[in-house]
Amino acid sequence: MRVIPFAKRTLKEILRDPLTLFFGLGFPCVLILLLSAIQVNIPVELFAIELLAPGMTVFGLAFMTLFSASLIAKDRESALFLRLYATPMRAVDFILGYTLPMLPIALAQSVFCFVLGAFLGMQVTVNMLGGLLCLLPVSLFFIGMGLLFGSILNQKQVGGICGALLTNLTAWLSGIWFDLDLVGGTFKKVAEVLPFYHGVKLVQAVIAGQFNGIGIHLAWVLGYVVVSITIAVVLFLRQMRKQ
Amino acid sequence: MEAIRIQNLTKIYKDTVAVDSLELTIHTGELFALLGINGAGKTTTIKMLACLSKPTAGDAYVMGKSVSKESQLVKSMIGISPQETAVAPNLTVLENLELMCGVYAYDQVDRKERIAELTRQFHLEPILTKRAGKLSGGWQRRLSIAMALVGQPQILFLDEPTLGLDVIARSELWDTIRALKGNVTIILTTHYMEEAENLSDRIGIMKNGKLIVQGTAEELKRAAGKEIFEEAFVALVKGEIV
Repeated sequence: MRVIPFAKRTLKEILRDPLTLFFGLGFPCVLILLLSAIQVNIPVELFAIELLAPGMTVFGLAFMTLFSASLIAKDRESALFLRLYATPMRAVDFILGYTLPMLPIALAQSVFCFVLGAFLGMQVTVNMLGGLLCLLPVSLFFIGMGLLFGSILNQKQVGGICGALLTNLTAWLSGIWFDLDLVGGTFKKVAEVLPFYHGVKLVQAVIAGQFNGIGIHLAWVLGYVVVSITIAVVLFLRQMRKQ
Repeated sequence: MEAIRIQNLTKIYKDTVAVDSLELTIHTGELFALLGINGAGKTTTIKMLACLSKPTAGDAYVMGKSVSKESQLVKSMIGISPQETAVAPNLTVLENLELMCGVYAYDQVDRKERIAELTRQFHLEPILTKRAGKLSGGWQRRLSIAMALVGQPQILFLDEPTLGLDVIARSELWDTIRALKGNVTIILTTHYMEEAENLSDRIGIMKNGKLIVQGTAEELKRAAGKEIFEEAFVALVKGEIV
């Protein structure tokens, strides 16, 4: 039961940071609006709202890594952590306390993007619920990465790695901004072995009601979820011992 | 009755001996001050007693429980106010106290009672709804100690509690610490000699990881042949006496 008060604290710390609201909820919505405006003037198949909204939702989830890692890195450098380590809290309380509150934030962000997508013409169907369900493992992957990076990087490094590198990797290698076939070669092969592309394809397909072939995308994403969370837990426990 | 019994406690970091074969007994209800220059081993000792760092050798028993083998039990009996102010800055004072109540698994009724009690004891009423990060240093330290007491610890570790505070804030915090004396065993580390002299029942002086001398402030002054405690401390640490 120690998880709940600590999770509440995580939620408050994140939601009281104005940057979270901007990047978490505002930024993906701004991008959807901007690219939809471009789409009106210069139609591009990739920016059709049925593809754009799920794609930007996945991109927006990359910020979950930044929020989570920033908080953990900040905590690790603070005396509050020392205080909490000297209480009966166990490692599992810390891990769940950091990860569980990220799920409602991720869900809220996804719902915001879908509602905006619907407002801009995306067909409202029951498949949207399926899309939200498929965003769950994608969210877990990014949250796991937050725990991982937060356990090994300091605050400044988190800003660079999670704020700049990971978000850019998500953008470039997911096929949201440009068709990966246009680049092809090694770039496409690399994109196909990373989870970003599969996350986007999975959600886009489910929303479109095209369930054939989603298994492979789901498998890639779930695989990355298991790997990222396992490594994150190992690294978190290691830093706890070192602390 | 013994609150803490330290036996041959040693901590070695690579090639540095931070705490060297420490032997010490602290009695229940006592306020014991650990003094020493920087790097003497005070904070490392506190960290081992609070189960934040494993001893390289030896052991310590907190209310009869081993810090090495029964850390979970020890943690349920201690509270710590670390050197830096340990509060959640984006949470209000009330939320900080609620967080600690949750960590110690208080139910709703006990939580309210405990928070009301600590609010009264530390005069926190005017700042309950303020964010901890926006408080002055003195208020943050006061909150930090209140948070350390949420779990009703039998042992309280105060690591440099008045470091960086102005004279008034320090004096107010001394009153707070005095009010706690007798109810809880307190282990205090400080660089301020007058703080140790004014607050402590007994004082131990550490140097290079070793406890070189212990006793009441009067006993230490007598041992050093000095009338002023600070001069006695300097003489003892410089090895002019021991």
